[in-house]
Amino acid sequence: MKILIIEDDLETAAYLSKAFREAGITVDHASDGDSGFFLASENSYDVLVVDRMLPRRDGLSIISELREKGDDTPALILSALGQVDDRVTGLRAGGDDYLTKPYAFSELLARIEILGRRKGGREQETTYRVGDLELDRLSHEVRRAGQQILLQPREYRLLEYLMKNAGQVVTRTMLLEHVWDYHFDPQTNVIDVHISRLRSKIEKDFGEPLLRTVRGAGYMMKAGG
Amino acid sequence: MSRLRAMLSTTAVRLSALYLGLFALCAVALVFYVTAISEGMQRDRTQDAIANELRIVAGAYRGGGVAGLVRIIERRSRRPGANLYAIAAPTGELIAGNIASLQPGVLDSEGWSPVPFRYERIGERVDEDHRALAQVVFLGNGMRLMVGRDIGEREQVRGLVRQALVMALAIMFVGALAIWFLVGRRALRRIDHMSEASKKILAGDLSQRLPVNGSGDEFDRLSLSLNTMLGRIAQLNEGLRQVSDNIAHDLKTPLTRLRNRAEAALADGGVEAQTEALEQMIADSDQLIRTFNALLMISRVEAGSSTAQMTDVDLSGLALDAADLYEPVAEEEGVKLTAKVEPGIIIRGNRELLAQALSNLIDNAVKYVGDGPDPRIAVTLGRSGNQIRLAVTDNGHGVPANRREDVVKRFVRLDESRSKPGTGLGLSLVQAVAALHGGHLLLDDASPEARDHPGLAATMALPGGK
Repeated sequence: MKILIIEDDLETAAYLSKAFREAGITVDHASDGDSGFFLASENSYDVLVVDRMLPRRDGLSIISELREKGDDTPALILSALGQVDDRVTGLRAGGDDYLTKPYAFSELLARIEILGRRKGGREQETTYRVGDLELDRLSHEVRRAGQQILLQPREYRLLEYLMKNAGQVVTRTMLLEHVWDYHFDPQTNVIDVHISRLRSKIEKDFGEPLLRTVRGAGYMMKAGG
Repeated sequence: MSRLRAMLSTTAVRLSALYLGLFALCAVALVFYVTAISEGMQRDRTQDAIANELRIVAGAYRGGGVAGLVRIIERRSRRPGANLYAIAAPTGELIAGNIASLQPGVLDSEGWSPVPFRYERIGERVDEDHRALAQVVFLGNGMRLMVGRDIGEREQVRGLVRQALVMALAIMFVGALAIWFLVGRRALRRIDHMSEASKKILAGDLSQRLPVNGSGDEFDRLSLSLNTMLGRIAQLNEGLRQVSDNIAHDLKTPLTRLRNRAEAALADGGVEAQTEALEQMIADSDQLIRTFNALLMISRVEAGSSTAQMTDVDLSGLALDAADLYEPVAEEEGVKLTAKVEPGIIIRGNRELLAQALSNLIDNAVKYVGDGPDPRIAVTLGRSGNQIRLAVTDNGHGVPANRREDVVKRFVRLDESRSKPGTGLGLSLVQAVAALHGGHLLLDDASPEARDHPGLAATMALPGGK
């Protein structure tokens, strides 16, 4: 995977570049809006990471101009502005995801990985399979080893999101955003309890555990197959 | 000089100048009207007197001819304050009467002299200027008779009236000046007091108030409303000061802890201990960031509706979702969380903020419901009158009535809650969100009859809806 980071703070950019490389991702870096726009238009990237406030050119305008040109490379906006409506403006300008500074690198990485794979996404598939776990997106039925598992609607959506991104780390905030449509951070770790309930339904009495906790990051469903 | 200019530029002065001008104009017009009327009356009286005199004299002429006429004329001319008489020969020579000379042309036509004319009385000094009105009669043999009356008195009266008018105007003007001076100076002095007080306020003494003298005039009313405003500002200022004190305290404490941890880890040296310390430090910084975000959010919500996008929010769905999100956590804590939600309640609002406010309330309830025999939390949504009430109730220890106002303030945490994680900002945000939606946050006992566990009912009372 190859990404472009448009970020004016050199220390942050250096830290991010190093961390992404260690995670096996190729990184280009632009330190202002103009060169960022130039690189993004000239090269092909899997994901753009765009700081919202940049010298010479606003991050949002880069994304909206790329979108106008028909370039739909997934873009993640990084911003110190984190209030409800800033997020909405960011996504409206054509951003695909929005992350408020400061953030954990694991959170950024998880989101980049998912954005990068989205091109060949699993949105079209009607059945997700992970090991002997099977989720039918049309009938909303879940089976493991051929045995039907009854889930609450919310548990179903949680599992669907985890299985859609099987093989990827999914963070707690991502789950809150996609399953509950909440964009704030509840102080109690509500997600963990939902996950453990889900686990008890899909893993108890079955052999191999499929849903792994990734320390300091979130959860990961075993890669599909 | 500048003081005088300042006085002249006051509204009171400008208004009284306008009044003075209008009044003077009216007075002048009135005087002219009155003198014109009285002149007309005097003229009529003069003409009546002349006509009367003429009848008497003419009677004498008819009885005694020219000789009789001359006799009566001579006699009447000698009376004190006599009218004017003249008999002219056909040559124009004055042969009898008390006139020494006449303005030429007066005797040329019969009837009333069209305008006052000049004349000289016999035995008077030449340079005295007299004016008269007269009637002339042709006697038939070329002789002419004139009977007239001096109108000098009339003109004198007119002069006197005009003089009186000038005097009156002068007195009015001087009086107005004096009043300007007194009133204007008084107004200026009060304004000076006010600006002195405002200077002190500007200098930072918010306890100062503008002077009020109790007269209830416009200055008093202005001072009173400015004082009310100052009171509000002082109150806000006090709030701000408290918040910044709180920030200083509540952010310094975790920062110090963070620093101590780093120092300890550095001194300890063991890789495992350091890793653990670093992880703990990340958790600490996350908590700090949370506090910052919550503070920012509160101030932005308090700044008002201009910053938050309002849409139609399905409050019923939102309440069910929040209950659903927290139900497993509550269960894990041994708390039964139930939801009693009236369906189909939709309000104009900001979904994110409402959701966060509600989850703050549920989060608090889960944290503080305590370890009573049968801990319960209920999320309820319903209409009451024209209000929509979104409430979270529990059966824990509740909040004592005298602390309810406090717990809503920023960073205020009750002693028993200090051991639990939290920013002390949760209820402040709830209140700000309720206010943004035109409502308010109510804290009350959930069931006052239960002494030990009255519980807390935290209600967001929101207006109307559809």
